[in-house]
Amino acid sequence: MREPRWLPWARWIGLGFLGLFTLTPIYVMVTSAIKPLSDVQGDFHWIPTTISLRPFVDIWQTIPLARYFGNSLIVASIASVASVTVAIFAAYAISRFRFPGRRIFSITVLSTQMFPGILFLLPLFMIFVNLSNVIGIDLYGSLTGLIITYLTFSLPFSIWMLVGYFDSIPVALDEAAQVDGSGPIGALIRVVIPAAMPGIVAVTVYAFMTAWGEVLFASVMTDDSTRTLAVGLQGYATQNDVYWNQVMAASLVVSVPVVAGFLLLQRFLVQGLTAGAVK
Amino acid sequence: MSTTPRPDAGRGAGPPSGSSGRPGKGVLARLTDRIPVRIRRVSLPYLLIIPAILLELLIHLVPMVIGIGMSFLKLTQFFLRNWSAAPSAGLSNYQVAVDFDSAVGSSLLHSFLITIVFTVLTVALSWFLGTMGAVLMQGAFRGRGLLRALFLVPYALPVYAGVITWSFMLQRDSGLVNHILVQLHLADDSDRPFWLIGDNSFISLIVVCVWRTWPFAFLVLMAGLQNISGDLYEASAIDGAGWWRQLRSITLPLLRPVNQVVVLVLFLWTFNDFNTPYVLFGKSAPEQADLISIHIYQSSFVTWNFGSGSAMSVLLLLFLLVVTTVYLVATSRRRSDA
Repeated sequence: MREPRWLPWARWIGLGFLGLFTLTPIYVMVTSAIKPLSDVQGDFHWIPTTISLRPFVDIWQTIPLARYFGNSLIVASIASVASVTVAIFAAYAISRFRFPGRRIFSITVLSTQMFPGILFLLPLFMIFVNLSNVIGIDLYGSLTGLIITYLTFSLPFSIWMLVGYFDSIPVALDEAAQVDGSGPIGALIRVVIPAAMPGIVAVTVYAFMTAWGEVLFASVMTDDSTRTLAVGLQGYATQNDVYWNQVMAASLVVSVPVVAGFLLLQRFLVQGLTAGAVK
Repeated sequence: MSTTPRPDAGRGAGPPSGSSGRPGKGVLARLTDRIPVRIRRVSLPYLLIIPAILLELLIHLVPMVIGIGMSFLKLTQFFLRNWSAAPSAGLSNYQVAVDFDSAVGSSLLHSFLITIVFTVLTVALSWFLGTMGAVLMQGAFRGRGLLRALFLVPYALPVYAGVITWSFMLQRDSGLVNHILVQLHLADDSDRPFWLIGDNSFISLIVVCVWRTWPFAFLVLMAGLQNISGDLYEASAIDGAGWWRQLRSITLPLLRPVNQVVVLVLFLWTFNDFNTPYVLFGKSAPEQADLISIHIYQSSFVTWNFGSGSAMSVLLLLFLLVVTTVYLVATSRRRSDA
C-alpha cells in the first residue's frame, strides 16, 4: 500500500494512545502490587517509593487464596476438558457428515451462545436447590454443580470453534486414512485429531480462560468451601479497609497463568476465533 | 461449509470393515468397526453427537423450559426449596414487568434503556478503536508482533483481575484517574469527583468495557485485513488512489462482512455482560449504571423474587432473538445484493 508521509506519525500517535489505554491498568496492577499498604492508601504515585514484596506473602494469609486457586483450577480444568472432549465428536459429525437434523443441531448450539448467562442461572439454581430435596444429590454449592453450569458456555463455543478447525483440515486426509483401512472413527482419531491438535489445545485453553474468569455463576453457586477466585478476591475488602496492594498482587498471581497461556497460543486462538467471522 | 463432501461419499461399499484385528487401532475404532457398514454410515453421526445432545438438554433446554415455567409462578424465598408448592402467578409477573407505571416495571424499563445506550456506545467505541488499531498495524514495522500481543492482554486477563484494577484506578482518593485530573488541574484536589457512584459511574462502566472488548474487534479485523488481496491496493495505487481513498474504497467495503459479525458478537457480549458491572460496582450497581443483567440478578437474588426475575429473563431473551433475527436478515439481504 502506498503510504502518505504523515502515516508513520499517525501510526505512532494512534498506536501510542491505544498502548497507553491498554497498558496503564497493567502497569498500575504491577506497581501497586509491590507497594506497602500505606502507599496505596494515599495519593497515587506512578513510581513506587518503597518496594515491598510483602503483599505477595500476605495474600495467602488474608484470605484462603490457595483454596480458591485450587477450586478455580479444578472447576476450569474439568469443565474445559469435558466440554472439548464432547465437542470433538460433535464437531466431527457436523464437519464431516451430512445427516438430517444437522442444521437444527448447529443452529441450536450457536443460538445458545447468544443467551445471557442470567437466563440459565435462575433455573439451574432452582434445579440444584431442589435436587437435594428430591433425590438427595447436593449439587448446590458443590464444585460439580459449578462445573455443570460452566458447560453452558464452554460446550457451545467449543463445538463452534472445533467445527471451524476441522473444516480447515482437507477431507482428502481422512479419505486417505479410510482407504488404508480405518473407519471414520479411526480417521478421526488417527488423522483429524492429530492434525487439529493445535486447535484443540487452543480451544481447551480458551475454555479454561473463560471458566477461570467467570463471575456470575461462581457468585451464586458456591459456598464458603467451594469459592473460586472470582468471588474469593472480594475478601481483601474488609469493612474498614481494602488491601489494594494485596488485591493487585493476587490479581497478578491469578492472571499470569492464563495470560501466558493465551499469549503462547494466541496464533491458534486467533485462527479459531476469526475463522467463523472472516470466512 | 456446506460444500464439504462427506469422506465416504461416492464410494459404494464404504471403508472395509473386516480389519478389526489390526494393531494400533483405538478401542473405539475397533468397537464401531463391528457394526455393519450400512447401519454405521447412517447412525454414526448421531452416535457422535449424542453426548453433546444429552448435555445440551441438561444444561440448556431443560433449564430454559423450567425457566419459562418459573416465570408463571409466584416464586419467592418461601418456595425456593419446594417450588412445586409455589402458587401460580398467571401472567402477573409479565404484567408487572411491562407495566411502566409500577415500581418494578419502571425500573426495568430504566435499566433496559440504560443497557441499550451503554451497549451502543461501547460497541461503537470498541469497533472504532479496533478498526483504528487494525488499520494502523497494517504493514511491517519494528515492534509490530510485540504490540499486537500487548493489545491482547486485556482480553486475556480474567475479568475480575482487570476490572478490579480499574476500580482501584477509579477510587476517589487513592486512584490514578483523579490523580491525573488533579495534576492537570481538571479537578479540584479538595473536591475530587466520584467515579463509581452517581452520573460518572455510567462513563466509568463504558470506559472499562471498551478496554476489555476493543482487543476482540482488533483481533478479528486484523484477520479480516489479511484476507484482502494486496493486488487491489497495488492496482488502485497505479490508478492514482491515495491512502484515504484506498481506506474508503477498498479496506472498509471489503471488511463489511467481517464487521457485521464483529458488531453482532460485540453487541451480544456487551448487552449480556454481567461480570464487568458486578466486579466494578458490586451486587447493586448505581442507578445510573444499572445494566439489565445486574438488574435481573438483583431482583432475583437480593429481593428473592425468582418468578419476576424469570419473567424478565424471558422478555430479555425474546428481545435478543428479535434483534438478532432482524440484524441477520438485514445484513444477509444486503450481502446478497452486493
